[in-house]
Amino acid sequence: MFDSIPDLSQPAGWLPLVFALVMALAMLAYVILDGYDLGVGVLLRRADNEAQKDSMIASIGPFWDANETWLVLGVGVLLVAFPMAHGVILGALYLPVALMLVSLTLRGVAFDFRVKARAEHKPLWDRAFYTGSLLAGWSQGFMLGSLITGFKGNLWSTVFSGLIGLCLVAAYCLLGAGWLIMKSEGPLQLKAVAWARGSLWFTAAGVLAISLATPLVSARILEKWFSFPNVILLLPIPAVTLALFIVVARSLKRLPTRLAQNNQYGAAVPFASTVGIFLLAFYGLAYSLFPWLVVDQITVWQAASSTEALQVIFYGVVVVLPVIIGYTVFAYRIFWGKSTALHY
Amino acid sequence: METFDPVVLARVQFAANMTFHILFPTISISMGWALLFFKTRFVATGQRHWMDAYQFWVKIFALTFALGVVSGITMSFQFGTNWPGFMNTVGNVAGPLLAYEVLTAFFLEATMLGIMLFGRGRVSERVHTGATFLVAAGTTLSAFWILALNSWMHTPAGFEMINGQAHVTSWFEVIFNPSFPYRLAHMLIASGLTVGFLLAGVSAYRWLKNDRGPDVLATLRTGIFAAAFLIPIQIVVGDMHGVNTLQHQPAKIAAMEGIWKTEKGAAAVLFAIPDAATQSNKFEIAIPKLASLYLTHDWNGEVKGIDAFGDKHPPVAPVFFAFRVMVGMGMLMLAVSWFSAWQLGRRKTLQPWLTRVLVAMTFAGWVALLAGWYVTEIGRQPWLVQGVLTAAQAASTVPAANIAFTLVMYLTLYIALLTAYVSVVFHLAKKATAKETSRSVSDNSAQPGAMRVQHV
Repeated sequence: MFDSIPDLSQPAGWLPLVFALVMALAMLAYVILDGYDLGVGVLLRRADNEAQKDSMIASIGPFWDANETWLVLGVGVLLVAFPMAHGVILGALYLPVALMLVSLTLRGVAFDFRVKARAEHKPLWDRAFYTGSLLAGWSQGFMLGSLITGFKGNLWSTVFSGLIGLCLVAAYCLLGAGWLIMKSEGPLQLKAVAWARGSLWFTAAGVLAISLATPLVSARILEKWFSFPNVILLLPIPAVTLALFIVVARSLKRLPTRLAQNNQYGAAVPFASTVGIFLLAFYGLAYSLFPWLVVDQITVWQAASSTEALQVIFYGVVVVLPVIIGYTVFAYRIFWGKSTALHY
Repeated sequence: METFDPVVLARVQFAANMTFHILFPTISISMGWALLFFKTRFVATGQRHWMDAYQFWVKIFALTFALGVVSGITMSFQFGTNWPGFMNTVGNVAGPLLAYEVLTAFFLEATMLGIMLFGRGRVSERVHTGATFLVAAGTTLSAFWILALNSWMHTPAGFEMINGQAHVTSWFEVIFNPSFPYRLAHMLIASGLTVGFLLAGVSAYRWLKNDRGPDVLATLRTGIFAAAFLIPIQIVVGDMHGVNTLQHQPAKIAAMEGIWKTEKGAAAVLFAIPDAATQSNKFEIAIPKLASLYLTHDWNGEVKGIDAFGDKHPPVAPVFFAFRVMVGMGMLMLAVSWFSAWQLGRRKTLQPWLTRVLVAMTFAGWVALLAGWYVTEIGRQPWLVQGVLTAAQAASTVPAANIAFTLVMYLTLYIALLTAYVSVVFHLAKKATAKETSRSVSDNSAQPGAMRVQHV
């Protein structure tokens, strides 16, 4: 199907490609960045006491607002650069999108309300924070499952999407636990190691399920991966993913002993490796789907806005995106290291 | 059934989300500048109470900002789910404007907010003040882009239609379209007034609870004087905006004024109950010829009525009533802010009844804002983009049952959150008052322990 790719030396050819890339990067940044804070939200219910909950929230406090902004950028690019696909995709995902929006809303405000409302309402807001995080993660996984199965909407694909939802929640928990191992100390840090071990295998199951399902859905994707010599060239992707899973598992096994000796060496390994797994899984998925925005229905070029509009936005992206990345790094550096209690 | 018309449901749902969303940016735009003002006063004078004011109001700011962010995320999805025809027809105009809003403003505010809220102690005072400035500037820049798009939908310019799609001929004309300067000014001043009354109302509440420290007095004065300064400007700007609307959207003016039939020497309707069935007003109280005078500056000038626009006119009653609510609230704000400013200036204090009025008017800005916003947005109907695209043409094909179901879900959530927001604002005031009282008690008995850091 590569005959559908137009002349890339023309703006009408390369601009949609650039925006597909920007959208993919924004979505990737969103999944990793909001992924860890959604994960922390899901884990909140398992904390031992109020102090632990406060520490968990404190570790994500300065970041979550900006993390969610990547979703707005990702969906925004879909809206302005690929309006046709935006309508088709979000129309097909109408209910899971609504569930995600309500959940994100509930969770985002619970974060603030829990410390500001009356003390007796705090458990209520904590529950809202947990439920919102859980349902937001699950609905995102459901959408991913639907995207992969091409919005068929039959029973089999709905069940599959539901399971991918659970696996994405597990993956977010793994990220969140990895984040907590990095940012916390003492009993909470040890608990986080246990949480990470619990979510590791579900995450692996999810990655495996998606890897198996995508080629099954489309003969074209099957050929893309398993035709010669692609299969050899692409082998590093699953191989490195597997290696990273082993790295995480080993690190989680060794960490409790080391932490007991007050040795923080390697506390960032689970988080960094999980991010690596997300990167590879995302890359594999993007490779499978490209150049389709809706599998076997709409390509990047078919869905693209007019070249003139893309050109205007392109200048903005070129100038502003590096600045955004710059000050995001700046903000993360300010709050580097173990997190401390939040106070204004 | 009329109520299950998907277009009506989509409009109600979108309006509900917009109504909920607009409340919070309206506060955060001006609150950002108010916080910068408190912070710079503290840096300049070294007076502790400015920092106390900052630390109290930054909590409300954080809460407001969070509600604005999450409801804003909903917006970015609903453009596509509710109005796919909008992007298909005018995407070349709306797309870049929305993209620039996210790129230049949304990220800036959201990232700097973390530093502004939690960065004190981790960065220098200068960097912290800088972050506060960038948050305020980011929110204002957001308003700039969003109102550019919104104004363009009312008074589109700088484009041509080719094969049913808008193509931009001049970005300058698109952004600085005829109604943009008036709308932007009207909106930013409305934000200032909303925050003025919010500052005054919550401070008055603490004042009534006998929390009369210098920080409470400072925010009370800031709120009242800001409101008293802004309200006359707002009335003038609002009038100019009205003249602009008469030029570009005369049907909206006819609905606002309740004028059904085109006539010379039209009367100014003070009150009536517009009846769409008979195309006339019931229980009308009107002053003869006055509408012609202030709209055309001629006693016998011709004013176009609803009948001049065929079926392309907005529903009269909601626009007519919303306009009166907005004007009435504006007049009340003028009276209360000026009288309070006069009392504060002359007597250096407020009478208790006036303080109670200020508490009651804490969210008066919201009422005027929503009323005004309904006037302008319902007044644009049936158009989505005036003269280019109607709402019905842009609507989606999502089944009515799905829209109805999610609408109920959103409404429940929004009502719960709004209730929680208002009660938490007053709860925070109560908590600050309690802390203040215990501090002054322990100061008297010389217990240093009460001066600990306020963890939130």
